[in-house]
Amino acid sequence: MTVVDTVSPLRLSHLDALESEAAHIFREAAAEFERPVLLFSGGKDSIVMLHVAMKAFWPAKVPFGLLHVDTGHNFPEVLEYRDRTVAEHGLRLEVAKVQDYIDDGRLRERADGTRNPLQTVPLLDAINAHRFDAVFGGGRRDEEKARAKERVFSLRDEFGQWDPRRQRPELWSLYNGRHRPGEHVRVFPLSNWTELDVWQYIEQEKIELPEIYFAHEREVFKRNGMWLTPGEWGGPKDGETIETRSVRYRTVGDMSCTGAVDSTAATLQDIITEIAASTLTERGATRADDKMSEAAMEDRKREGYF
Amino acid sequence: MTAIHEPPLETPAGTLLRLATAGSVDDGKSTLVGRLLHDTKQVFADQLDAVERVSRERGLDGADLALLTDGLRAEREQGITIDVAYRYFATPKRRFILADTPGHVQYTRNMVTGASTAQLAVVLVDARHGVVEQTRRHAAVAALLKVPHVVLAVNKMDLVDYRESVFAPIADEFAAYTRALGVPDVTAIPISALAGDNVVDPSNHMDWYAGPTLLEHLENVDVDHDPQFCAARLPVQYVLRPQSPEFRDYRGYAGQVTAGAFRPGDEVLVLPSGRRTTIAGIDRLGEQDVDLAYAPQSVTIRLADDVDVSRGDVIVAADRAPEVTQDVVATVCHIADRPLRAGDRVLLRHGTSTVKAIVRSLDSTLNLETLRRDPNPEALRANDIGQVTLRTAAPLPLDDYADHRRTGSFLLIDDADGTTLTAGMVGVPLGSED
Ligand SMILES: Nc1nc2c(ncn2[C@@H]2O[C@H](COP(=O)(O)OP(=O)(O)OP(=O)(O)O)[C@@H](O)[C@H]2O)c(=O)[nH]1
Ligand SMILES: [Mg+2]
Repeated sequence: MTVVDTVSPLRLSHLDALESEAAHIFREAAAEFERPVLLFSGGKDSIVMLHVAMKAFWPAKVPFGLLHVDTGHNFPEVLEYRDRTVAEHGLRLEVAKVQDYIDDGRLRERADGTRNPLQTVPLLDAINAHRFDAVFGGGRRDEEKARAKERVFSLRDEFGQWDPRRQRPELWSLYNGRHRPGEHVRVFPLSNWTELDVWQYIEQEKIELPEIYFAHEREVFKRNGMWLTPGEWGGPKDGETIETRSVRYRTVGDMSCTGAVDSTAATLQDIITEIAASTLTERGATRADDKMSEAAMEDRKREGYF
Repeated sequence: MTAIHEPPLETPAGTLLRLATAGSVDDGKSTLVGRLLHDTKQVFADQLDAVERVSRERGLDGADLALLTDGLRAEREQGITIDVAYRYFATPKRRFILADTPGHVQYTRNMVTGASTAQLAVVLVDARHGVVEQTRRHAAVAALLKVPHVVLAVNKMDLVDYRESVFAPIADEFAAYTRALGVPDVTAIPISALAGDNVVDPSNHMDWYAGPTLLEHLENVDVDHDPQFCAARLPVQYVLRPQSPEFRDYRGYAGQVTAGAFRPGDEVLVLPSGRRTTIAGIDRLGEQDVDLAYAPQSVTIRLADDVDVSRGDVIVAADRAPEVTQDVVATVCHIADRPLRAGDRVLLRHGTSTVKAIVRSLDSTLNLETLRRDPNPEALRANDIGQVTLRTAAPLPLDDYADHRRTGSFLLIDDADGTTLTAGMVGVPLGSED
């Protein structure tokens, strides 16, 4: 037990304030919706989301399951982490597979091999099939300029679409989750967190992460200025050569479009120091899909992407 | 321009400042936000590259810093802000959450969204045009939302030769207007968002101005308020009953402390029922039996008696309870396109409860020019600020908004499609009786 000094003012640390805000958002959504689900990719943001959710409902179980949209191009360490986490905490997991859609022709492989944009259809189908009415996403407003515009409770129409010009006003912390049948709401508990906050929180809470977030020796090849991992998904191609470098991942997504960064950061402290000194945003440094056009993220979000 | 990204790793606890920009269209809000981010070294190289590339494509000389926040395609095409952008930055002194809001009257609802959580509003005016209708509207919204600090940034001083004779009358006019609105703290600063004068770095062109730069002011404005001295409130969000072998009889009321502090042993009331009980224990996000819970912590409270408590109830300090009533008198800002009329049946969302309500009467609207209340309007239309009387289907514990932002505010919602119609604040009206 901590001794309380009643004279000194009560002030919440920055990370504790963010955690409390996220817990409030989880509890609001769990109470207001009938069938929420948490998007879990095994990336750091979804891991932090799940961690806060478990704390928010302790000592009860998290009152919703997880949904993973599997591109088929996963890092094995991340899938292993996902399955271990699900088993350890007795969670429910649904997996929507992009590969199934490609196999039966509902989706076609893109020329560049990137499957990130292909996730939208399986995601929306899973939302419809399970009648999920609230979908927790790990999106943060500091990630990208279109995300910076999004509400905490973000309404999607019956086609899963986001209309950035017609967002609902969102005042104080009074989240309005009302929606018509067929519509659903994306809920972003980490809206106000920055990349640095996420890492500092991971350190504070001693949260375990997949190893690929830490520096390791890896065979990589260069494409569009990024270090990619070779694989069946389509690399390296002519003229691209494999080399072994010390790298780590700053984001974890589809293998075909998520780049590694040169790094020797082996501990959380090293990573925090490295991120604080980084001159590139995490998506700018690691995501090919956002480099495609000026409004790539906005366009994908409009269609129903995460 | 060179972008350097150097965020501080640590900032002191409790020093977060939430601020929002305000003011008329094209007065330079987004440019100012870009300038603040840029000059405090919080822009990444790839963000600045993208902004410079788009600026070049448009034939501009330098980088248009407004593009750092105007992130939607339509915003970039039209050169205006449509919806709020949230940006995060920090200096070694404090952290900031910045909401860049739109100036266009059509998007006032998004300005209200950004200002509702702000502790400080930076109201911009174009030095060439002075205080215009939209400046007044935003100042009134800030006053209505009880944003405690207001900064008037007289912008584009570069276009008026940095003359004090332009600045001073605008500052005077605005001070008189905000005084009439009851805004407690107003500071006026002459700036050029485009050139960077008095934003982060002091201006070389305005020797006559001896006050702080905008950033200096933002770093030093005092928003510290100690929850220990406020009346404690916790709207119950969720009842936790694990029914596991280890926690068989556990029954906890999960919620965020919206004001004040609770300790085990404290006497509390559960509202609206009014049942009196004591706090048996407090758990904080997995930490069992803590000594104290204070705003804005998310916690779980266990109560001594087996009282009936559910979502929508509010646990409050027994000696400082709010009034419980079905008759709501409030000042509102109407934000939906469809008007609000006497007799309308709506949903009222207060804290964690949603009840049916009927609009009994529309009592007045605020005239932004004269700050007088015009009585008995026929309807409240988008962007109108007015005084209304409502009757709710169930009693609600209503605080005065002036004392409790979280439990003194409410929304009116359209039951049919869920549209947020009106933002309401319980208590004292703005303006004067005619
Ligand atoms: N000369 C000069 N021009 C400025 C200054 N600040 C902004 N501008 C220009 O004014 C125009 C509008 O600026 P914005 O920052 O987009 O204005 P805004 O207030 O954000 O507009 P909305 O968000 O649409 O309400 C742009 O062309 C800016 O370059 C300034 O200090 N001096
Ligand atoms: Mg703007």
